[in-house]
Amino acid sequence: MKALASLWGRLPGTARAGVVLLGLFVLAAIIGPQVIPYDPNAVTPLTLKPPSAAHLLGTTQTGQDVLSQLLVGIRLTLELGLYVGVLATALSVLVGVTAAFLGGVWDDFLSLLCNVFLVIPALPLLIVMLGYFPQKGQLPSILVLSILGWAWGARVVRAQALTIRNRDFVAASRETGERGWRIILFEIIPNIVSLIAASFVNTVLYAIGASVALAFIGVADVSSWSLGTILYWSQSANSLQLGAWWWFVPPGLAVALIGTGLVLLNTGIDELSNPRLRDARSSTKIAGSRIWPTDPTPVLGMPKLTTRGRLATLVHSFSRSSLLDAPGGEF
Amino acid sequence: MSSSRPVLEIRDLSVAYRTPSGDVKAASHVNLSLHKGEVVGLCGESGSGKSTLAYGACRLLRPPAVITGGQVLYSGSRTGTATALDILRAPQRDLRAIRWRDVAIVFQSAMNALNPVLRVRDQILDAMQAHLRLPREEAHEKTAKLLDLVGIPRERLRSYPHELSGGMRQRVMIAMALAADPEVVIMDEPTTALDVVVQRDILAQIVELKEQLGFSVLFITHDMSLLLELADRIAVMYAGQLMELGDSADIKVAPAHPYTQGLLRSFPSLHGARRDLTGIPGSPPDLRDTNPGCPFIPRCEFAVPACAEVDMTLAPVAGSRGIGHVTACPIVTPEMAKVRVPTEGVRS
Amino acid sequence: MSEETSDPTAVAEPVVTGEPAPVVQSVAAARGPLALEAIGLNKDFRLSRTQTLHAVQDVSLSLYKGGVVALVGESGSGKSTVARMLAGQERPTSGSVIFNGKPVDLKSRSAFRAYKSEVQYVFQDPFSSLNPVHDVGYHLSRPVRLHQGRSVEVQREVMALLEQVRLTPAAQFKPKYPHELSGGQRQRVSFARALAAQPSVLLADEPVSMLDVSIRLEMLNLLDDLRKRLSLALLYITHDIASARYFSDEVLVMYAGQVVERGPAEDVTQQPAHPYTQLLIASAPDPDNLGSVLRSGNVAAGAARIGRATSGPAPVGCPFATRCPFVDDKCRAENPALQRITADRAAACWHLDRAAPALATGAIA
Repeated sequence: MKALASLWGRLPGTARAGVVLLGLFVLAAIIGPQVIPYDPNAVTPLTLKPPSAAHLLGTTQTGQDVLSQLLVGIRLTLELGLYVGVLATALSVLVGVTAAFLGGVWDDFLSLLCNVFLVIPALPLLIVMLGYFPQKGQLPSILVLSILGWAWGARVVRAQALTIRNRDFVAASRETGERGWRIILFEIIPNIVSLIAASFVNTVLYAIGASVALAFIGVADVSSWSLGTILYWSQSANSLQLGAWWWFVPPGLAVALIGTGLVLLNTGIDELSNPRLRDARSSTKIAGSRIWPTDPTPVLGMPKLTTRGRLATLVHSFSRSSLLDAPGGEF
Repeated sequence: MSSSRPVLEIRDLSVAYRTPSGDVKAASHVNLSLHKGEVVGLCGESGSGKSTLAYGACRLLRPPAVITGGQVLYSGSRTGTATALDILRAPQRDLRAIRWRDVAIVFQSAMNALNPVLRVRDQILDAMQAHLRLPREEAHEKTAKLLDLVGIPRERLRSYPHELSGGMRQRVMIAMALAADPEVVIMDEPTTALDVVVQRDILAQIVELKEQLGFSVLFITHDMSLLLELADRIAVMYAGQLMELGDSADIKVAPAHPYTQGLLRSFPSLHGARRDLTGIPGSPPDLRDTNPGCPFIPRCEFAVPACAEVDMTLAPVAGSRGIGHVTACPIVTPEMAKVRVPTEGVRS
Repeated sequence: MSEETSDPTAVAEPVVTGEPAPVVQSVAAARGPLALEAIGLNKDFRLSRTQTLHAVQDVSLSLYKGGVVALVGESGSGKSTVARMLAGQERPTSGSVIFNGKPVDLKSRSAFRAYKSEVQYVFQDPFSSLNPVHDVGYHLSRPVRLHQGRSVEVQREVMALLEQVRLTPAAQFKPKYPHELSGGQRQRVSFARALAAQPSVLLADEPVSMLDVSIRLEMLNLLDDLRKRLSLALLYITHDIASARYFSDEVLVMYAGQVVERGPAEDVTQQPAHPYTQLLIASAPDPDNLGSVLRSGNVAAGAARIGRATSGPAPVGCPFATRCPFVDDKCRAENPALQRITADRAAACWHLDRAAPALATGAIA
């Protein structure tokens, strides 16, 4: 609990916003299906009614309750994202760390595999592959998205694991006589947890985006309610032309907000694990005035000097004359 | 030497790091002056605040560092005014002009700061054009001259940093620091990462250049044996405070502070008879501790209850013939170090 | 490669006819029985198709229980490569490592682990040799489990190790993470980890060079104390020849992958024979040298320029020929082998008569 609190304290503001946003959707996904007012499949004569007290988000062309569909849809979509995230990240860690640790021919082969998967045009392949599977539930989508979604993460994990592998503590545990798999699991992987977390969040984002897109064009089990299939039905019923905004805006907005939450969270993890990024971007408040990293050290009791602005600071930190600055974090 | 006004005078400087759990006092009430042509050594363990002091005086520390008081007076020949300029109160424009042009710094592990994809010559040219606004040809000529000065053959001008050895890269950084004929050069462990032979070569070069160009050097290191040979005066720092200050001959012959005495018993010597070595037991101080009195108490063999009330001002050393030889310890005298019972050292 | 006319068996064939006659007898032998021996170690690294780096050339040394042998040299002299070959981390291109009279074989996992129970390596940098995500207790309990068998009580053993390296109170240090420790404390953990395997040989690769000068001595005292108490055979690798003087029995000076001088620590440091050793010693800081060129006012142009390090080792002939004040055509053409000066000293130089006249005449007499 204390560790969680301190983690929250170190998160940048944007990431906290992302966590809150995602938390709302996860909450909706957990309790939503229990509290839905209607069966999302129930066809009623009340067709295409705008939001009212009885139907908070209106009804569809077949008189189904949009709110109920939305709550069930959020759950299905997040579930899919979670499964794909776990599967694809596990694959990318397996491939990335193995390639880095074994090196040599294995590294060459696994890197080649990564690159092949990276250059395959994903969406057409998804459509073709999903076309072969029987459309029953989300399992086909989850499998296919996972198979196509691990390569980017594997590359990043491999690069990081390579630098960790060359650190002395890995050599030291070999010196102790540890087995290879133990070194991977207990020495290398704990050091790249934040990278794996970032990769996971990214994969979830990709999975949700792709699954919604696929469902929207009908390559999914359209008999179940996900955010994508809601959009598919509303599009096929020409809801836009009919002016039934309550049918397509809520699921669209939900997808957009989930995506935003994930992106915010990801930048937060990035900054947490890469102090240089944090230093170059953030200012500190000292003695009542904001100080940028390249400003002269403030003197208590002295008025603040006019200094570089935020953009100029960022540009300066990449410029050659930053060679003449003091190294950061000097104690 | 001491009659003229110092080039750089640090007066009562205090620097702190702001943390959520309170200020960490990395340097408190430090007084130190640097005269023209002088080499002053600043000696201390890692975490003693020696780098903080030097960078703080130039206002180069990044947040959460904050200067909590004091003055840093610079009176170089180029400032033009009769009175010294206070770096802590100087406007941004003056500050930028002073840094590097008048007060240059060779950073710790600076040799790794070179951009790997640019030729050495281009990097020096860049820095020179950016700060001195010299025309291209003039900058070219100056670069070649500088590299001559630090002993890098002209054909190496076109090399990339990775093609040069560590010693060569450090020479390049020294050349860069000297590009604007500074009056003060602050060197933060410039030779720590180098082999002894290269180290000596570079130090000899620095001294030679100093004699030739007349700048002053503030030399920061944790290696006391080096300072005894190199520096004119030595300032010993511990836990953010000056412990002892004096001519290096005085420090060597009559160290007054127990910490200085410990430092002098810490390094094995190659020359002369084997000495009694004891080192300094214990660990470096935690700057978050705010106990009153002397910070060296836990590691001091002479500690008495009165030490907790010492106010840490520097007073002349009793019995030392050196002028300006001052210590923060009112209890221990150089004589007490000499009568101490030798304890068992390495292989003695 | 150096040609040892007196000893044709040294390069190719290991022990065939009993002991291969060593060039000199190590003074460390007086401390105890032979533990680990390197005979004619070579290590080549292929840089590209046409370039090969001879990182280590024909290095032989012996470590005795309770004795300290120092391997001194600048960075890139191959001293760490020698230690890594002795530790089994690197395979020699040729030559052999002999432990307790038997050539070391590390082909199988169990053989490697058994060897690690006897020969341990201490890393130079305490800031990167401890895993930031594990606490001190974890770092020590793993080797205890792996090397001391299942019957020992791991936690008690960990506490004993912490006390052995004087990290007391041990209970307070066990749950700490590396970032909560100072450099000296981390290096103590590193020592404790190596000792957890209960080795008889310790290879310490610059164990104090990353620490403050004021801490170094305490660490060396600790290492020396452990050596005495546990009767360890110690290889102390350093670039600081002054610490080797105080800390070791025998000193081997390496330059460009070769041993250029070896002998008792006090003799080598007080009366160096090889011009490179002389340069090393002249370069060390000397607080007593009032006429030093480093002192303001004493600058005599060029006086400090003995063998400026702008030139690397020579590819043929004596590697030090590019920097040596005594160089002549013979040095540039032929690489000298270690020549015996006294019963326990040797140096690889064609011109010992000029480089160290006092020693050379002593050798004749």
